Amino acid sequence: MLRRSAAALSGIGRRVIDAVWRLGYASRFFALTLLSSGTSFRRIGLIIKEIYFTGVLSLIIILVSGLFVGMVLGLQGYETLQTYGSESALGVLVALSLVRELGPVVAALLFASRAGSAITAEIGLMKATEQLTAMEMMAIDPIARVVAPRFWAGVISMPLLAAMFSAMGVFGGYLVGVVLIGVDEGSFWSQMQSAVDVKHDVLNGVIKSFVFGIACTWIALLEGYDAPPTAEGVSGATTRTVVTSSLAVLALDFVLTALMFRGA
Amino acid sequence: MSAENLIEIDNVSFAYGQREVLKGINLNVPRGKVVAIMGGSGCGKTTLLRLIGGQIKSTKGEVRVDGQAMNALDQDGLYRLRRRMGMLFQFGALFTDMSVYDNVAFQMREHTDLPETLIRDLVLMKLDAVGLRGARAFMPSELSGGMARRVALARATALDPMLVLYDEPFAGLDPISLGVIGNLIRRLNDALGLTSVVVTHDVHESLNIVDYVYFVSEGVIVAQGTPEEIRKSDKPFVHQFVHGEMDGPVPFHYPAPAYTEALRLEAGHA
Repeated sequence: MLRRSAAALSGIGRRVIDAVWRLGYASRFFALTLLSSGTSFRRIGLIIKEIYFTGVLSLIIILVSGLFVGMVLGLQGYETLQTYGSESALGVLVALSLVRELGPVVAALLFASRAGSAITAEIGLMKATEQLTAMEMMAIDPIARVVAPRFWAGVISMPLLAAMFSAMGVFGGYLVGVVLIGVDEGSFWSQMQSAVDVKHDVLNGVIKSFVFGIACTWIALLEGYDAPPTAEGVSGATTRTVVTSSLAVLALDFVLTALMFRGA
Repeated sequence: MSAENLIEIDNVSFAYGQREVLKGINLNVPRGKVVAIMGGSGCGKTTLLRLIGGQIKSTKGEVRVDGQAMNALDQDGLYRLRRRMGMLFQFGALFTDMSVYDNVAFQMREHTDLPETLIRDLVLMKLDAVGLRGARAFMPSELSGGMARRVALARATALDPMLVLYDEPFAGLDPISLGVIGNLIRRLNDALGLTSVVVTHDVHESLNIVDYVYFVSEGVIVAQGTPEEIRKSDKPFVHQFVHGEMDGPVPFHYPAPAYTEALRLEAGHA
């Protein structure tokens, strides 16, 4: 009995030590990425190339999803608002939900599954095929040349993608609410304009998506860089990227929302 | 240190955790020569190559490349030394997101401020030396194994290094590609005045092109000599290795309890 509980305790201890070690490793990796960013900013072309792969190629999925989410918001919002006779506030509801929450969060979830998984798989395979070692043997630091440009590309792309998601969502809400159902166009837009505050709503949404961008790209890069150099290792790392990023985005969203919107 | 040796390995040991891979290796590579390190799979020869390249550090003893002790170098010092080294990886390790041309130009663009027109001339010269000037627009996925290895060779010699390390350059190649790579290793070494270290288990191809051979088995050097001496050697290990014999100092059977015992063929049952 005593031996069994000792084994259980030491098992817990080992897991905690592993978790702390990994957290330390991840922080060190993050710090190294930031410290090695000089090359990326001196040769901005490296970042722009990666923005194309992470940002531009994610546009289609972001825009289409944004449109549909906005359309659903328009339908559901109208259903509820008309009960209270305030369907003219539909524009406010659609815009606030998107700018404060759905834009940053859903765009980040899509980004994690579209671009994050691609980053992990690419870097994991570069490692498995010795491309990263080859780079080191050429006296080129892979963190500066491969990791840092992708990191900054992700951090820059994320708020832009979230903004486009929200814009497309508002357009979707307009299509359903105004064009299809027939809510008054004037009050749809004017109420939206007067109720959405640039600092309180838009800026906070941008800060959120910026934080999500850091988290998703960091996790994707770390998982790829740390993936065991086998087919199984890379596939496991890709899955972990999507799962961990999604959980991180949702958890961070709660923390940020609690800090930003305390009933003010 | 002797000025004529580019690489000197003094009593070097290395262990991965508890598992000791190299046990007191002594080895010299003279400048301008092609030296092969041979041995069976898992004998520690690739570990030796990684020690020379500074990817890992010895747990005991000293590895010196061009007079510099690898264990004493910091990252900057190591990178300065590596700019004068090239390495050919087992499967080429070409950058898959770049064309053949960009792969060879990569180091020139990263390490020098040469104008693009000059880089173009240099890349074409390097590719011509390996016979692949016509394949410069291909992506690595469009190349055969042998071609990829040749592009990697052009890339490894892109900055005219003093030393080129080859990790299993012959693995998985057809006989023609094998001969081509072997010849290229020798010709580039002599034409560019390099020093080459070839880690391989392909005994016949390497004996044709190298100046000196070290045999590694179970972490120690068991034999060494010129290709001629190796061919004539009557040491049991060398004989088994060169002639590909099934049984010998390297046993066919993995250690196991007695056969009769395993099959329960004791006196009473038989």
